[in-house]
Amino acid sequence: MLLVTCPVCHASGDETDFHFGGQAHVARPATSNPEGISDEQQREYLFTRINPKGLHFERVRCDRGCGKWFHAARDTMTMEFKAFYGITELPPDHVIKQAKGAWAEYFTMRMKKQK
Amino acid sequence: MLKPRYSIFSLARNAMNYHKDWERAWRSPSPKAEYDAVIVGAGGHGLATAYYLAKNHKMTNIAVVEKGWLGGGNTGRNTTIIRSNYLQDPSIAIYELARTLYEGLSQELNYNVMFSPRGVLMLCQTQHELRAFQRTAHANRLAGLDCRMITPAEVKEIVPIINDDPNCRYPILGAYYQPRGGTGRHDAVAWGYARGADDMGVDIIQNCEVTGIQRDGNQVMGLETSRGVIKTKKVGVVTAGNVSTVMDMAGVRMPIESLCLQALVSEPIKPVIDCVVMANTVHGYMSQSDKGELVIGGGTDPYNNYSQRGSFASLEHTITALIETFPIISRLRMLRHWGGIVDMTGDRSPIIGKTPVDGLYVNCGWGTGGFKAIPGSGWVFADTLANDRPHKIAEAFSMERFTEGRFIDESVAAAVAH
Repeated sequence: MLLVTCPVCHASGDETDFHFGGQAHVARPATSNPEGISDEQQREYLFTRINPKGLHFERVRCDRGCGKWFHAARDTMTMEFKAFYGITELPPDHVIKQAKGAWAEYFTMRMKKQK
Repeated sequence: MLKPRYSIFSLARNAMNYHKDWERAWRSPSPKAEYDAVIVGAGGHGLATAYYLAKNHKMTNIAVVEKGWLGGGNTGRNTTIIRSNYLQDPSIAIYELARTLYEGLSQELNYNVMFSPRGVLMLCQTQHELRAFQRTAHANRLAGLDCRMITPAEVKEIVPIINDDPNCRYPILGAYYQPRGGTGRHDAVAWGYARGADDMGVDIIQNCEVTGIQRDGNQVMGLETSRGVIKTKKVGVVTAGNVSTVMDMAGVRMPIESLCLQALVSEPIKPVIDCVVMANTVHGYMSQSDKGELVIGGGTDPYNNYSQRGSFASLEHTITALIETFPIISRLRMLRHWGGIVDMTGDRSPIIGKTPVDGLYVNCGWGTGGFKAIPGSGWVFADTLANDRPHKIAEAFSMERFTEGRFIDESVAAAVAH
């Protein structure tokens, strides 16, 4: 049983109080450029998933609490949560540093964009 | 190098000698420097692929590498249900091929896989579900499958322990029945294919984890493993829940998420149910093993998981549903409970075929229902690998379908929605 804390209303509960919404930080390409997207981009958005053995970032909804969506960083081997953070936020820096593979690439790209 | 065949006579002969002289079912060879093809993953699908590569395509200079032990993943963790009554034509084709091969598999492999066509019942517990299964029934009849809708009275006759109270929360409104479906012995399927493949010269290398995929340009050149580099120009990745991590080594991102699916068995009891019952609406399925244990499965846990351990909440959900359906089991004690990591695709259908990397093939995405497909999956994947083009049945299951929007949507027709 996973124990989750909502970063919005700060309520803690076990996993049945929350709803898991899959991979975090998936941007819909059609939002910014509805005409210019290719079939490949649409596939990436809808189906291709980062599916790491280790640190993963996912969306969670505070189902029986405030109802807000938020983000969680969790290890898929140990099930340990590393951080809970807001839906518009990036994970804390020390967690980003632990990201590997496709997630590390993603955060590097996001950091570049922010600068 | 033919092995002595198993028979009633070999059994009697060995019984005389306290079973001390049985020969090993397969060798444990060290990897050679180079093979014509290497299969990654010695589960049912991987071993079946190797078997049919050797048997149908005469490729015997091949190896199967396995990070743990043979058949120790989902092949040994499923609830052994075999059926082929899916909704879409491509699914019907591959699952029915598999079911048909299961019928003759014990003879084919000279290994008792205990295929037991005891019948599979899929309950209809809402009007919507009843209509959905009627639609599947029509699709299956057009495809020539031997399946039919049955009435609540017939359900009660086939499964006397079922709760047929018309006033319960989810009353039985009928069922979709495939009498030729049933169960098999999951370990024996892996062991039988392993023994058969080994017999034809296939090297099955256990405790050999793949750590890298070597490429020259876009062509696969070999595998880096915990037991050294193995050169090969054809690699078939059949690693179920771990497919994303293996494909990552070749730089291919998969449309897959790995989730935990749990199952459990009860203490052994006298025979109470002689078919398989699946209850989609309430999320659970049950059959009874030859040892008398009730074999129980349900839906997946809701989040990515590689740990092969699930959460009690999902388990409780399944048990609650089955106690409502079979009140007789409410006081049974549970004997064992485990989890397996299943590879889920967006449309709940598998991916079989070539990849953007030359010489790299993939057979994955079987999700929660791979056991039933093992012989058919191995058959078409071996053909795909040997001829470097998709087998006719595998064509529809290519990875490109996610780009082209040509889905094989089985999320509704699955026995239990995940």
